[in-house]
Amino acid sequence: MAESTNGNGNYRVIGTRPIRHDGVDKVTGRAKYGADYAFPGMLFGKVLRSPHAHANIKSINFDKALKMPGVKAIVTAADLPEAEDSTQQVGEAAMNPRYLSMNILAHDKVLYDGHAIAAVAATSIHIAEEAVRLIEVEYEVLPPVMTVDDAMKKNAAILLPKLRNKEEGDHPTNTASHLQFKRGDVAAGLQAADFVVEREFNTAMVHQGYIEPHNAVGLYNSDGHGTIYCSTQGAFDVRSMCAQVLGLSVGMIKVVPAEIGGGFGGKTTIYLEPLSLMLAKKTGHPVKLVMTRGEVLRASGPTSGSKIKIKMGCTRDGKITGAEVWMAYEAGAFPGSPVGAGAMCVLAPYNIDNFQIDGYDVVVNRPKTAAYRAPGATNAAMAGETVIDELAEKCGLDPIEFRVANACKEGSAQIVGPPYKRIGFIETVEAIKNSPHYKSELKGANRGRGMAAGFWFNAGMQSSATVNIQTDGTASVITGSADIGGSRASMAMITAEVLGMEVTDVRPTVADTDSVGHTDVTGGSRTTFATGMAVYNAAQDALKQLKERAAKTWEKKPEDVKFEDGKFSAEGDGIKPMTVKQLAGRLARTGGPVTGRAQVSTGGIGVGPAFAATCVDVEVDPDTGKVQILRCTVAQDAGKAIHPSYVEGQMQGGTSQGLGWALNEEYFYDAKGTLRNSGLLDYRMPTCLDLPMIETAIVEIPNPIHPLGVRGVGEVSIVPPPAAVANAIYRATGVRMTELPMSPPRLLKAMLENRRAHDLQAAAAD
Amino acid sequence: MRKLTGGHDRVTVSGKNLREAIADLDRQFPGIASQLLDDGDIKASIAVAIDGEVGTSGVLDTIRENSEIHFMPSIAGGT
Repeated sequence: MAESTNGNGNYRVIGTRPIRHDGVDKVTGRAKYGADYAFPGMLFGKVLRSPHAHANIKSINFDKALKMPGVKAIVTAADLPEAEDSTQQVGEAAMNPRYLSMNILAHDKVLYDGHAIAAVAATSIHIAEEAVRLIEVEYEVLPPVMTVDDAMKKNAAILLPKLRNKEEGDHPTNTASHLQFKRGDVAAGLQAADFVVEREFNTAMVHQGYIEPHNAVGLYNSDGHGTIYCSTQGAFDVRSMCAQVLGLSVGMIKVVPAEIGGGFGGKTTIYLEPLSLMLAKKTGHPVKLVMTRGEVLRASGPTSGSKIKIKMGCTRDGKITGAEVWMAYEAGAFPGSPVGAGAMCVLAPYNIDNFQIDGYDVVVNRPKTAAYRAPGATNAAMAGETVIDELAEKCGLDPIEFRVANACKEGSAQIVGPPYKRIGFIETVEAIKNSPHYKSELKGANRGRGMAAGFWFNAGMQSSATVNIQTDGTASVITGSADIGGSRASMAMITAEVLGMEVTDVRPTVADTDSVGHTDVTGGSRTTFATGMAVYNAAQDALKQLKERAAKTWEKKPEDVKFEDGKFSAEGDGIKPMTVKQLAGRLARTGGPVTGRAQVSTGGIGVGPAFAATCVDVEVDPDTGKVQILRCTVAQDAGKAIHPSYVEGQMQGGTSQGLGWALNEEYFYDAKGTLRNSGLLDYRMPTCLDLPMIETAIVEIPNPIHPLGVRGVGEVSIVPPPAAVANAIYRATGVRMTELPMSPPRLLKAMLENRRAHDLQAAAAD
Repeated sequence: MRKLTGGHDRVTVSGKNLREAIADLDRQFPGIASQLLDDGDIKASIAVAIDGEVGTSGVLDTIRENSEIHFMPSIAGGT
């Protein structure tokens, strides 16, 4: 592995690689996931899902199902209260409770293959499955609208009759919104260019591919309070969203986050959670629901497919003079694609004086999209980074040199206007340039090397933390951040660093919504940044109190007590330094327990923007179009890597997902709008047999607004790989791919067309 | 938003916090406040950066003389 650029010289614990506290339980099967929960008298739930992509529901009859022995309750949208039709902030996203409710259970229309219509609770899962088959639904099938092209046509079938946008006035539409970012004069900028590249890209809808399906166990008390155990990235968000959908106040619901088998953004929303509570209320029993893999793919949120048109120009010495981008993203059945993020990311690493970016959020008869690791940015980078590669080639410049020449730095204006604070884009691409991989020679036929860069804002938001000093001098640190990548180990490390303890003496806990202060979602690469900040502050608060206790013990003022190398000391005869362990034994007699507390509200997006760059070597089989990844290196600015192994894990994980997105993954619908690859055999994600060990280079340009310099690391590594692979394929085959995935049939077709075109050209020349 | 400000990409406003700044903006360009505010506070779909930092207090975020205010879409993240 390539080494971090800064090392950990200033810290005792931060920057080391201790074994994670939850590791043994996870590898021995003791860790408790959502589907592991069981309660006395628990029932099992199953969901009836639409077989149609687009249809009006004319009637639902569940009499036969309800009469089946073992069936205890059935719920439909008729059991849901009217939800507000407005945009509200939940976690890091804006959402519409009415649309959320319509996605949980279809109201008068089904809008995608797999859309939930009813949920059954029964004494066994098999009885529930049989009962679902007995529910009779009369549909009026409507034409499916499956692509942004179809949805934006003038006479397209309309998905949501009440949907309007500002530009089309009071006309029903499938285009939920249009946003635009503009600077300078793009026409003049393109006119001033010596080289202009214009291309159109289409990227397929893909799923986050977490191994663990969605699950929820709901319990309802007769006093009106409910409890939900579930796999989630945000217990407080589940609570808020369920409260909205069920018409309850948040204080009536407790959410207990189970261990999570992957989320990647897909578990920042709700599907089964309100159903579990509705069925628990109706039956008086706990009710468990678990999705099958087919349901996960059909009915939980993938990320958008997209169409992106981009035109970019530069001078012959490689200065970008203008860029024009048009992007339409699939939102799925309800508005809310990540087109805004895509628009803000497509040109983000570059200092461009003239640009115009137009983004359209378009509804289609597919599952409502959910967040997926830097949502919107990967699609955008596929377009932006391949065009930049093409311009670099026209200028005769190395692709990294071209990027450095146009790079944003501290003080450069972001796409949305505010200037960047200290950022590490140049250092990140140069880490690739200086890597053993990039410096090595690539030999052999049908082989090529490509690189690309990517950007993600990273979020801040709200977190709470508590640090308790135990009577034996160990500590517990309690946060509300679901641990999806080793974050609880980082929280323990931060606590240990501040308190001068061993990391094994700090016990981290992820708590439920009643047991810790409000904490926003584990998403947006915010956890080590914001929850880490809260933990740091809580540990400092505990340390301040411990100093006061030491002072009391020695009859000194707190400001006379020093804490250095894990020991409290003060000037004076007979005063011997004390460790936290020694002081802990005296807490009862010096004022009682010591609990450090902190809560932070660190701002929204862009609190620690991060860049990644990927270099990839490929070999393309000229007869089949199959691409083999020979070598892959990812560089990423982490600010400060608290636990380098887990930072590297995020980098490798994001890169693996990006490579799958590049080469194989796509949702395949037939003409009726039925998903035909709703299983992992046919929805082909990369396995360890498909990829080499991914090399990593952690760059550390400290984030100026974090006490430890931390930047979020969880997302940005997924952004560059598709473009890097496309650029490598070009060098191997001479073909510029503009469609994702670059699967064997697509690439083979493109190569054959390219060869035919060359043969014709050669024949004409003769 | 430029459509609401007569094509200007930069306008000057006065006020000690965002509430006052938006009120002044609305005086100059009537109707713009309804695009930015919902129930008296910043819409959930909008993030506001003041001097490069996204605010956390909505309309109560303070501004200084010569502060730069940017209105941006609110963004969701993944992992």
